[in-house]
Amino acid sequence: MDELLGQVPVFGELSAEHRATISGCGRNQVFQPDAYLMREGDPAELFYVIREGTVALETFVPQRGAVTLQTLHGGDLLGWSWLFPPYRTAFDGRALDTVHALQFDGTCLRGKSDSDPSLGYDLLKLFAAVIIQRLQHTRLQLLDLYAESPAATPGRT
Amino acid sequence: MSATVPLSHRVAGKRQETHDTWTLTLEPADEGLPTFAPGQFAMLYSFGTGEVPISISSNLAEDAALRHTVRAVGAVTEAICSLEEGEAIGARGPFGSAWPVLEAEGRDVIVVAGGIGLAPLRPVIYHVLAHRERYGRLVVAYGGRAPSELLYVDELAEWRGRFDVDLDVAVDTAGPDWRGRVGVVTTLIPRAEFDPGNAVAFVCGPEVMIRFVAAELTAAGMTSDSIHVSLERSMKCAVGHCGHCQLRELFICKDGPVFRYARVEPLMRVRAL
Repeated sequence: MDELLGQVPVFGELSAEHRATISGCGRNQVFQPDAYLMREGDPAELFYVIREGTVALETFVPQRGAVTLQTLHGGDLLGWSWLFPPYRTAFDGRALDTVHALQFDGTCLRGKSDSDPSLGYDLLKLFAAVIIQRLQHTRLQLLDLYAESPAATPGRT
Repeated sequence: MSATVPLSHRVAGKRQETHDTWTLTLEPADEGLPTFAPGQFAMLYSFGTGEVPISISSNLAEDAALRHTVRAVGAVTEAICSLEEGEAIGARGPFGSAWPVLEAEGRDVIVVAGGIGLAPLRPVIYHVLAHRERYGRLVVAYGGRAPSELLYVDELAEWRGRFDVDLDVAVDTAGPDWRGRVGVVTTLIPRAEFDPGNAVAFVCGPEVMIRFVAAELTAAGMTSDSIHVSLERSMKCAVGHCGHCQLRELFICKDGPVFRYARVEPLMRVRAL
């Protein structure tokens, strides 16, 4: 597990000690296509590092059905709601194909972080970097840049 | 006199790409326009309505026929998109600078397109494929609004099936039946395999997208000298006289639309321009 975690870029900055602690809370998991890794509203106790495959982050929109907000792929982190109250999962995470993932017990790691603040600080830095990147991507998506041809915008010709 | 006087053409073919976008093939009624280079544009004239700048999207490696992918977003483009085969249209050109495909020889080529920005880059992809041995890796990263709004879906499938093209597509939003990526086009760049020290990037799309793509490319190790972008402004004369497309000292129609990013990056951060 420790070796697998060391191959994931976002965990590369962690000390060997902290990586070993995180690895102790993890296990390998395989999800078949259309299986849910997490469900909206469920208690958020786990997070994942996707090794292979694609996971769709979805939410259900009345009259539209399930809408994919983002897809996550090999090397991506999935799930940070276990870090912050009320510890509830915000979106569905559905496997689009066979997904191999490292699954971690976030509740366990939260407890270890409380007793070892340096671990908590490293974990928060790691997740904050991912959250910032996803927020920036989401802001770009909100701009709906392709809604209208930029060439035609000035004069709407 | 094709620079200022449109030459009469006929619509020889028409293909619908999306709900509001068509690709038209034009043939000259009499005298034809000079050969275009990838990245250059024509002024297409809908008689009685007006004129718009539209990039060449032809496979120039195969033939020199004029093909333009046009999105109906205003009076002129709607008139052009409503033309049927055999109907008349005016065209003048070619105008502007071209994608520096020769400069890219011997290097990896990164093509990043957003929305209808794939149209001006289509000739680049075909050029590289026609001279495959002259180039390193060919990475194509394409971002669209939704699966139904992607251009050239048959060609995307063909390119995806080739061993010598690394194509990735991401859409901003999708339903559950879409099995591809959902996210912004910038997310594709860190996943692409190329040698940033020996690569050339060609980028076309909305200006905000260009800025963020360039940031990702430079974060990956490319220099802004090796990134080329196509800029869009309201063009009228296309020969650098009227000033409609002026970007401080640059005329997009004459000095561009293709620029080295290092040249225009400071200007893109000036809000008044």
